Amino acid sequence: MTALDVALVGFGLLALAGALLAVTTRHIVHAALWLVVALGSLAGVYLVLGAEIVALVQLLVYVGAIVVLVLFALMVTRSPIGPSRDHATSPAHRGVAAVIAAGLVALLLAVLLPIAGSGAVTRQVTSNRALGADLFGTWAWPFELLSLLLLASLVAALAIARSRAVTGKEDA
Amino acid sequence: MGAAMSVWEVVLRSVAVLAAFLVLPLLVGFMEHKVMAHMQARLGPMYAGGFHGWAQLIADAAKFVQKDDLLPTAADKGVFRLAPSLALIPYLVALAVVPLSPSIVGADAPASAVVVLAATAVGVLGGLMAGWASANKYSLLGGLRSAAQLIAYELPMVLAVASVALAAGTLSLTGIATEWRPWWLLWQLPAAFVFLAGGCAEIQRPPFDMPLADSEIVFGPYTEYSGLRFALFLLAEYAGIVLMSLLMSVMFLGAWHGPWSGPLGWLWTILKAVPIAFLFLWFRNSWPRLREDQLQRFAWLVLVPLALVQLLITAVGVVMMR
Repeated sequence: MTALDVALVGFGLLALAGALLAVTTRHIVHAALWLVVALGSLAGVYLVLGAEIVALVQLLVYVGAIVVLVLFALMVTRSPIGPSRDHATSPAHRGVAAVIAAGLVALLLAVLLPIAGSGAVTRQVTSNRALGADLFGTWAWPFELLSLLLLASLVAALAIARSRAVTGKEDA
Repeated sequence: MGAAMSVWEVVLRSVAVLAAFLVLPLLVGFMEHKVMAHMQARLGPMYAGGFHGWAQLIADAAKFVQKDDLLPTAADKGVFRLAPSLALIPYLVALAVVPLSPSIVGADAPASAVVVLAATAVGVLGGLMAGWASANKYSLLGGLRSAAQLIAYELPMVLAVASVALAAGTLSLTGIATEWRPWWLLWQLPAAFVFLAGGCAEIQRPPFDMPLADSEIVFGPYTEYSGLRFALFLLAEYAGIVLMSLLMSVMFLGAWHGPWSGPLGWLWTILKAVPIAFLFLWFRNSWPRLREDQLQRFAWLVLVPLALVQLLITAVGVVMMR
């Protein structure tokens, strides 16, 4: 086992633990903070595999922006300190969620394990220049399409929020 | 990062970065005492250490260590304890990748400009955690405000950094500073302004200190903190000033470019960072705090459009010069 193997397995386990705790904890803000652990460990996995820029963008976007947004939403609404049962779901609901999650994991494992190979972890450093050229050259159209999708959802979210505000005024 | 770095070199570099991280914020703190005192026509601390009270911050640290480490009964204890470290350590990581000269850099990462942005973004989580875990409504308000501020000011900052990275054709801070030419002062001026304002907001210094607002919500997220944990937040603030000043120097002011830049490059980088640090102190003493709605309006209606226009100007410049 090389040092890279150990680092990869360590970050992987940390990500898994963080993710499991995020969905099982009774403290709602802790769920967001465990998400930080899971997403940060995933960045560590990318770093071990040599994808430096992907790891950094993962930190910048997911930890720095998305989790902050989640925390902001939690603070604006109700975020009690200590365990809360407000968001608890029924046992049946939980069972179905667990089955679906297990099915997804099995599907991913079935696809990914055969191509993973069994050798030691190798670090393939992708230069930022090569990544940028690929992203904005070969993959430019999917990239633009994705940003269009995000823009559309942004406008739609704004429209929903505005229309409610207007009807609210009429009611009053 | 060099592949063949001996263990000793790694230790030496880490110790050097840690020493800089512990000493530079103290120097900025001393500067703040003195600048503030002179701007307000008073002496400031004059006793500790003899010469102009230079040891005041060390005496303060000794005081903080002796203070009772309070823990509110209703607080979420684990998160409350963890928050100050999470606010401080990212700045240490960020400082490690900032070059003082082409050869003097803690760790020369290929995408160090992104490392710095990612680290400061993680650091703000510390303030949010402190705000929520304190079980205090003022702290929660402060936490809310810092989250809103972070979301608003991170975007223009990333765009400003993207502009210089585009101009230099690299994401490495060392590469950006190497490619820098004097006329960039004009070409990248809007980006420099956006970065200065965004950096000031990111470290929550006046006039962007709505999340702390000591006269209104009693230091927001830090209200319930005392002793060493409060000192860590203070240290994080000064470390933030050090980091933002050095970054301004490296990305927008040409870092080590200057006469005798070979042997004295590191001195140039620091000399260019000092006036920026002074600016941060000057802002605090001369401008009133922006209101929350003014803060948001400034970010979204001034800084973001300005940064986008700058990105366009940079892109046109890069294409024309190629």
